[in-house]
Amino acid sequence: MAEALIELRDLVFRWPGPAGVCLDIPEFSVAAGEQVFLHGESGGGKSTLLNLLAGVLVPASGRLRVLGHDLPALGAAARDRFRVDHVGLIFQQFNLIPYLSVLDNVLLPTRFSKRRRERAGDARASAATLLGHLDLPENLWRRDATQLSVGQQQRVAAARALIGRPELVIADEPTSALDAARQAAFLDLLGRECAAAGATLLFVSHDQRLAAHFGRRVAMADINRVTMATA
Amino acid sequence: MTHLLPLALRSAWNRRYSLGLTLLAIVLSVTLLLGIERMREAARTGFGQAVSGTDLIVGARSSPIQLVLYAVFRMGEATQNMSWASVEKLAAHPGVAWSIPISLGDSHLGYPVVGTTPDYFEHFRHGDRRPLAFAEGRPFAGLFDAVLGAEVAERLGYRLGDRVTLSHGMGGFAGAEHDDKPFTVVGILARTGTPVDRGVHIGLEAMEAIHLDWQGGAPVPGFSIPPELVAKFDLKPKAVTALLLGLHSRAGVFAMQRAIADNPDEALMAVLPGVALAQLWETLAVVERALLAISALVVAVGFAGLVAVVLAGLGERRRELAILRANGARPRDVFALLALEGCAVTIAGALLGTLALSGLTLAVGPWIEAHYGLALALALPTAAELRLLGLVVAAGTLVSLVPGWRAYRMSLADGLTPRV
Ligand SMILES: Nc1ncnc2c1ncn2[C@@H]1O[C@H](COP(=O)(O)OP(=O)(O)OP(=O)(O)O)[C@@H](O)[C@H]1O
Ligand SMILES: [Mg+2]
Repeated sequence: MAEALIELRDLVFRWPGPAGVCLDIPEFSVAAGEQVFLHGESGGGKSTLLNLLAGVLVPASGRLRVLGHDLPALGAAARDRFRVDHVGLIFQQFNLIPYLSVLDNVLLPTRFSKRRRERAGDARASAATLLGHLDLPENLWRRDATQLSVGQQQRVAAARALIGRPELVIADEPTSALDAARQAAFLDLLGRECAAAGATLLFVSHDQRLAAHFGRRVAMADINRVTMATA
Repeated sequence: MTHLLPLALRSAWNRRYSLGLTLLAIVLSVTLLLGIERMREAARTGFGQAVSGTDLIVGARSSPIQLVLYAVFRMGEATQNMSWASVEKLAAHPGVAWSIPISLGDSHLGYPVVGTTPDYFEHFRHGDRRPLAFAEGRPFAGLFDAVLGAEVAERLGYRLGDRVTLSHGMGGFAGAEHDDKPFTVVGILARTGTPVDRGVHIGLEAMEAIHLDWQGGAPVPGFSIPPELVAKFDLKPKAVTALLLGLHSRAGVFAMQRAIADNPDEALMAVLPGVALAQLWETLAVVERALLAISALVVAVGFAGLVAVVLAGLGERRRELAILRANGARPRDVFALLALEGCAVTIAGALLGTLALSGLTLAVGPWIEAHYGLALALALPTAAELRLLGLVVAAGTLVSLVPGWRAYRMSLADGLTPRV
């Protein structure tokens, strides 16, 4: 097996203050190209883990390698660089900059990352392709992001996470504001596009019903020794 | 940085109303700052231009500043006069090209009456050695002729041929009127922007004539000399307040000054107007500094507004900044974004403020000159003003680092999850 895309060993993270240790993960790894569904209770540390993987937070101890980068060893600036170049992010809501058009929102990472810009080739064409694949008709592209429905906004966020083909796409409950039918459609589109781009997908939710769309399911409780009771 | 610029612009446009108000506050404070600075300059220049071409001002020995105050600005009261004998002696001195005696003490509706000779209209210079010019009429010739300064004529609405009566002292005392001897306006001077505009000029003999039946500052009771009879009296002045001297050669000015100070017959004093004016201006330095302090405060208030608006807006921009950060903006990009905005707003404010001031100068400059004698010229910013503007921009940029720093901290604390 090739080197894992994500590799955690004996990772410990604690928030400052009384909350104390939040994550204590003996072992967790994700292979390149996998689509992983990570679920767990609210407050179980899912978002915290994603922040660690994106290089925003650093663990207190343990091994944390993403794409071969030893994140804790990198400086803050280097971790920022790593995130822009290699990670696409989608959040639960409020993903889009209100005063930018749909297209400009999608192009955002290519503004900040040379690598994403280069990998996107013709950035506009590539944004157009992604938007098309994600069922966003061309007449919406020039609109302000705020004029879209929430479901449309989440698909725009997905297009943005995918532009410039980052190796890792992280989605933190992107479907919680959608109804069941839209959730399913969104997950199908996202999975298909990640596969097409060769991106690894880490999808977080507390909603177990979504698990069926994914090849691998991981429960937070199974990898994290800190349980809600002790946290 | 270049990738931030379009974003900064779009973001600013999105908040154009609140930013517009901030900009307006800064424009106003810059306009005020520069405006006060220009007025100050104009006042200083106008001050120095009140008299020129006069080599020495002579008066009874007192303080030089006081002498200039009443001889040039017709302010305050002369405590002592110089005798007519001294005036005649100095006027006859071979080094003296011309002399203008000035006698003060009366007023007309608050405007000082200046007793002098027709030489005044010929030799007095102001500003850039500009002579006095008549807007209308001619110098006084008859005993009860008066020549008005431009402001007196305009404010009080006098025309040639109008009759004016003078009051004793600075006026305001009942019964201290020279109403038995009215004067006729025979001339109105063109505006000079100097204290000349506020003068009512009459002959020294007329000054004597209206005081013939006065003694010790009050009319002698039961005794009055009608105007048609005054010519029978000796109207030769006995004393004047000050004497303006023009010398044939400037080189002789210090020798002349010493000679006058050493005059054995009477305790006299001669001052160089330029030196005394500079000293006088120094005494006004407090006012000057107060003005500058006020405008500095105004600018500070403008900046406080800038910081307040930007800081208040940070809450609503928090989400926007978090999204930017999740999509590749580094914390220092976020910092730069805010600092850039503050800096740009300040620079725009400084530029627009300068423009606004130019517009104002064009629009109301002539009016200010006419009413206050302050000549505000439309001009490119001077070095001093550029320094002020530079200070404003530097301060504004510095001040906008505060929200930038705050946003930086926030973007670190928020991580990737937009907290709203
Ligand atoms: N910025 C923070 N400072 C301190 N503690 C935090 C911070 N963010 C999260 N926590 C704590 O860390 C723990 C895990 O939070 P996290 O957001 O990772 O949970 P989650 O699994 O994503 O929950 P949810 O499903 O509700 O999003 C919680 O106990 C929370 O209180
Ligand atoms: Mg979460």
